[in-house]
Amino acid sequence: MIRLEKRPQPSRAWSMATPLVAVLATMLFGGLLFAALGKPPVEAIRTIFWEPLFGEFSFYYRPQLLVKGAPLVLIAIGLSLGFRAGIWNIGAEGQYIMGAIFGAGAGLAFYPLEAFYIFPIMVIAGAFGGWLWAMIPAVLKTRFGTNEILVSLMLVYVAEQFLASVSLGLLKNPEGFGFPGSRNLQSWDAAHNAELIAGTGMHWGVVAALIAVIFAYVLLNRHMTGYHIRLTGEAPRAAKFAGVNPTRLVLFCLGTSGALAGLAGMFEVSGPSGQISIDFNVGYGFTAIIVAFLGRLHPVGILLAGGLMALTYIGGDIAQSNLQLPAAAIQVFQGMLLFFLLAFDLLTNFRIAIGKPEVA
Amino acid sequence: MTVPLLSLQGLTKAYPGVVANDSVSFDIGEGEVHALLGENGAGKSTLVKMIYGLVKPDSGKMLLRGQPFEPAEPRAARADGIAMVFQHFSLFDALNVAENIALGMENPPELRDLAARIREVSETYGLPLDPFRTVGDLSAGERQRVEIIRCLLQDPKLLIMDEPTSVLTPQEVDILFKTLQKLQSEGTSILYISHKLEEIRTLCDHATILRLGKNVGECTPAETSARDMAEMMVGSTLQTPERGSREFGGVAMDISGLSVPAPSAFGTALKNVHMTVRKGEILGIGGVAGNGQDELLGVLSGEVLTDADAVKLHGQPVGRLGPTARRRLGVLAAPEERLGHAAAPDMSLTENAMLTGSVREGLEKNGFLDWAATKDFAERIIKAFDVRTPGPGNAARSLSGGNLQKFVIGREVLQDPDVLVVNQPTWGVDAAAAASIRQSLLDLAAKGAAVICISQDLDELMEISDSFAALNEGRLSAPREAAGLTVDEIGLMMGGAHGMEVAHV
Repeated sequence: MIRLEKRPQPSRAWSMATPLVAVLATMLFGGLLFAALGKPPVEAIRTIFWEPLFGEFSFYYRPQLLVKGAPLVLIAIGLSLGFRAGIWNIGAEGQYIMGAIFGAGAGLAFYPLEAFYIFPIMVIAGAFGGWLWAMIPAVLKTRFGTNEILVSLMLVYVAEQFLASVSLGLLKNPEGFGFPGSRNLQSWDAAHNAELIAGTGMHWGVVAALIAVIFAYVLLNRHMTGYHIRLTGEAPRAAKFAGVNPTRLVLFCLGTSGALAGLAGMFEVSGPSGQISIDFNVGYGFTAIIVAFLGRLHPVGILLAGGLMALTYIGGDIAQSNLQLPAAAIQVFQGMLLFFLLAFDLLTNFRIAIGKPEVA
Repeated sequence: MTVPLLSLQGLTKAYPGVVANDSVSFDIGEGEVHALLGENGAGKSTLVKMIYGLVKPDSGKMLLRGQPFEPAEPRAARADGIAMVFQHFSLFDALNVAENIALGMENPPELRDLAARIREVSETYGLPLDPFRTVGDLSAGERQRVEIIRCLLQDPKLLIMDEPTSVLTPQEVDILFKTLQKLQSEGTSILYISHKLEEIRTLCDHATILRLGKNVGECTPAETSARDMAEMMVGSTLQTPERGSREFGGVAMDISGLSVPAPSAFGTALKNVHMTVRKGEILGIGGVAGNGQDELLGVLSGEVLTDADAVKLHGQPVGRLGPTARRRLGVLAAPEERLGHAAAPDMSLTENAMLTGSVREGLEKNGFLDWAATKDFAERIIKAFDVRTPGPGNAARSLSGGNLQKFVIGREVLQDPDVLVVNQPTWGVDAAAAASIRQSLLDLAAKGAAVICISQDLDELMEISDSFAALNEGRLSAPREAAGLTVDEIGLMMGGAHGMEVAHV
């Protein structure tokens, strides 16, 4: 009989190894899935993991890794703080949208002025928009004890409606021939989040993501607030005993994750995307949840996981166009990754034992 | 020679890394009250679980009236006349007594018939109990009666009782003992597990002593002194904590008119609690579990806020201050629940040292943490309190209960508190560790700190306290000088028999 035995303490080796094992298992079972669909499995896996990095057109794909990875990492870092403390912000997508709207709106208020301070104002406004949107579930939770999972998730759909409204109204491009969507910020230098080094994909969002990783690392390992976050997640009663103020912690975690998601939205709208449009958001806020867990809620892990996730996105796109893999198969593939990660995660705290169970 | 009721021969049971029972043999005669003595972790529980069919022995055999006895599961053991009252009750709060008993039966009769039988048995054995009362409203002593009556309805040959008196007031213990003596006079054998030596001396005919899984001796309790039995149990001479003569200073902590509503449906509200502790004084607070101990600790540690004036430190109101602010002022606490309350199970000892030590040990500067200093602090605790662990990097949950408790108490004591509040400081801790913890509390008081020791272990409280009060349903009795208090008086302070009448048998 096979059963699970709790380890006396979490295994450090397994906690490092599980992401790797999960990726390998995903490759194996993903390959089987692709084979079942009648596609060459090795070729498909190679296309997803190899082509974007070292393939013929990698000069185009590599910058895309940064462009896609940066918002994921930025949002996931914020989410991981709350997740560590058992505060579940599922609505980063909404905060991302609101950050983009606030950031673009603040900038467009100055149009067509060319001034150095416009972009910083947009950055602050973007963070503020995301923060504000996250404060709604935070305040409702601390004042009335509502469930932040439900409220933050619902607010995603409110934000989407809001996005549609401003695309068609408030922020609509007056010179846009009646098409929905704002002016294109890419063609306005003062507000453009341009590549810092041409051809690398490196924009201010990537810088912000890296800063966020360092900030989160220091916070969690060297700062009282980070210690309180971890303590609350591991043993809420002990946290109370240690003097943690739960209300303040909820406000901090939801606020920070909202602000970072808002920043990601702002950098996206002023850079790679260029304008507010009805379908501006592409689900980074939800994918970031996967990234946060894939990175084991650890800042450095999230950095790597964001890269990996971006890789499967881009590789998935290539596989779709080169091998005619259905988009759903790619999504299943990405789902597998999370599934295996959570499954193997068990081995950090448990070991598999073979034999008869003992009644303790 | 008569055949014993149950004969254990060379029972051995090993778990990974530990031999719980190593070739244990002894006999229980018909109508005998047999004590099984030993410290925590000596293997008492494993042994009775084998008898009750919960655990299978690796080797050795059991004979029941000379016949091989190998219960595969508790049901088989029950069918052969073995019944057991566990230390932790398995009762549903929301159901009444008869329903609870019916749930544990193979073929429960009609509830009305069952109720009649419960009444009959409870009257015969002096355990008055109303079959239609909701279990949630019963005291711990009454709940234990439900469990006992559940066993008696099976008409057992051997009744196993696991630490039955740990939840009882002295008066309730008397009632229980009368019942057990009546059962014995009717020929039922009783296997009585305890580490309380005095009650074994009054009740038991014979005692088997276990240490580290081995049978290290047998004795006739009535003819052996409690000290000798204790030393057989521990395997070395016992250090009795020394209480030097102490001078009491001014009032350190003053609680007046403190009332706090119950935190949850099955919590206890504190009602109009008054007490004062002086510098250098140890105030012992007794009481049966669930009478407001946790809640009182929460109020003193600052986890639960009250009116500012209800809790005063050196005359200053502190009722509105949280745990961190109180620590800064010198009020430290060690809660009962080690894993999850006093310490975070998955965090290392270093991280757990930070949990309460950050303020007073200066482990934090402008919000940034000094892990090197924290590690030093953790190592100091480990060294000063003889915590057995490979190092401060180990997770709290990897420590044994006693070692973690030494760490938790040590963490507070080393911070040099003005007022220290501890709840169940030696619960589940072996005798040697318990003695060292008590000694550290006495030493702390000798240095002038006020100590509030909440405990359910009356022997412990009598050993260290200067004054004594008892919690009963959230009310605190007026503190009295501990020296000269009789067991009867203490029992009455704890609520007597909780309104239960001593049945005349």
